[in-house]
Amino acid sequence: MEIAVISGKGGTGKSSISAAFMSLVSNVMAVDCDVDASNLYLLFHPFHDKELVFVSGKHAKVDNEACIGCGRCEELCRFDAIEMTQGKAVIDEISCDGCALCYRICPVDAITMIPVDKSRMYIGTFRHGNMVYGRLAPGEENSGKMVNQIREISKNIAKEKLCPVTILDGPPGIGCPVLSTITGVDKVVIVTEPTLSGFSDLKRAVELVRQYSLPTYVIINKCTLNQTVARQVEDWCAQINVPVVALLPFSPEMVEALVEGKTIVEYRPQSDMTNLLKKALSEILF
Amino acid sequence: MKIAVASGKGGTGKTFVAVNLFHSLKNKGKCVALADCDVEVPNALAFFEADLCNEIEVTEFRPIIHNDQCVFCGKCVEYCEYHAIFYMPSSRYIRLLNDLCHGCAACSVACESGAIENSSTVVGTVSSYKYQNSVCLAEGRMTTGHPSPVPLIKATMKNAFQDQSEYELYDSPPGTSCPFIQTVAKSDFVILVTEPTPFGLSDLKQAIDTLLTMGKAFGVVINRAGLGDREVYDYLERNGYTLLAEIPFEEEIARLYSEGKVVSEHHEGANRVFHSLADKLIAYGNSSN
Ligand code: SF4
Ligand code: SF4
Ligand code: SF4
Ligand code: SF4
Repeated sequence: MEIAVISGKGGTGKSSISAAFMSLVSNVMAVDCDVDASNLYLLFHPFHDKELVFVSGKHAKVDNEACIGCGRCEELCRFDAIEMTQGKAVIDEISCDGCALCYRICPVDAITMIPVDKSRMYIGTFRHGNMVYGRLAPGEENSGKMVNQIREISKNIAKEKLCPVTILDGPPGIGCPVLSTITGVDKVVIVTEPTLSGFSDLKRAVELVRQYSLPTYVIINKCTLNQTVARQVEDWCAQINVPVVALLPFSPEMVEALVEGKTIVEYRPQSDMTNLLKKALSEILF
Repeated sequence: MKIAVASGKGGTGKTFVAVNLFHSLKNKGKCVALADCDVEVPNALAFFEADLCNEIEVTEFRPIIHNDQCVFCGKCVEYCEYHAIFYMPSSRYIRLLNDLCHGCAACSVACESGAIENSSTVVGTVSSYKYQNSVCLAEGRMTTGHPSPVPLIKATMKNAFQDQSEYELYDSPPGTSCPFIQTVAKSDFVILVTEPTPFGLSDLKQAIDTLLTMGKAFGVVINRAGLGDREVYDYLERNGYTLLAEIPFEEEIARLYSEGKVVSEHHEGANRVFHSLADKLIAYGNSSN
């Protein structure tokens, strides 16, 4: 079974909760889909079996000597990435989307497309099972494509190693990489916090997940920081028939566990927090 | 001066810092504007009562492929780097896969049979708001399900404010990928917000490495100080990076924020922190002019 843990926005404690879940399942397949800022590996220190290159796209490059300064590329580029400077085309790498149109239309073939290949994907094992994660190099796009590849890899490994449960720690937001994370999973858990902005992010996330008609569960984290909003969130979930599987109190222990390089389950196995998380996971699983 | 408020990862309190810094600069009588560039989930404006005064739709190129005019030469398919054209010449069928299209218009350049009509799609809106007698708040808001926030971020930074402000604050998208780069590339200074935890440190390092390669000036704000450990402090000190401010973790601050309040208006400690942060930025602005 594949379970994706997402949140409308970062900072809700989603990663700590995913990590806790990962340490509650034996022979788990742990997948860090937050490829822009993956950090579960900091807790799990996986032993790397394999490192794979991820080509996120291409960038156009101009051969200055060859360019005759006709300006056709500048005129056609839809991403405002080309500017004519002193009679030569100059490409702004940040803006270039890699569409290759300039490369195709340049009358003197002054443009080449260079693959962008600084990002990596890692496959390994850790103390609770197997782990796959990716690290997108700064400034690179296409995190959705990387998430797709990571998921493909994790599916194969889960099959090969007979992992009963796959837990995916999703990226923040509601964009393309989130869609890639939830497409085809069995269940989605949305972690939220009781703030007004958190609430509106939750609504957007639910709206998104509903388009895919996936079984959805909500965890309200740091409830004690604002009981009133927490209750509003709970009522709203009841209205739209989305089960709230855990109301977690705010606890400095969550951060202490991180500092110790552990999940809360490992750090305080007997705590209320651990019990609440165990209960939530079994409700999600069964 | 354009200042981006960013963080290697969401949820560190980036919006909290942007909103309160805006408030403090305004209290000091500065001409300041705030634009929310976190277009996937903008929420900085929820903290203010402001009046909408202008809204523009941001569009992106989309081809309309006319099946009946197509001669099935396949040239557009060859030109499309994003595999956004579904093409079955044997059944004389061609169709755009809208979700994959980046709007590069290469297909339109490729087609010589007039089968591709140039059109556009809405990627989101940029709204400007009047607050305390000036148009100083704005946000970009992406249409749910649109693949890339980048064009909208560009449009937000370009169109949010017609009037010149002394300080323009941009609440940047989280992470260090394309959307972040777009926002910081156009800024003169970047405030990186982090928290003193191992996750915070790892994200901060990645953000700083990125800013260094871009040659951007930056300073760091540590939020939720007191939780976590000293690693972030040691890292900053070792490398000589500027620690601009520390915001202590207090349940009271978290509670005020959760209620949608501008915390420094109601909390003396936070107010002091943001006033001193505002002073530092003013001093930086003066020295770099
Ligand atoms: S199309 Fe080619 S020759 Fe013309 S300006 Fe661009 S790079 Fe130079
Ligand atoms: S590859 Fe596309 S986006 Fe990049 S410079 Fe060429 S035309 Fe512009
Ligand atoms: S506009 Fe670009 S991405 Fe979209 S279909 Fe045409 S060639 Fe493909
Ligand atoms: S380039 Fe024009 S005519 Fe050729 S397949 Fe594409 S739409 Fe049809």
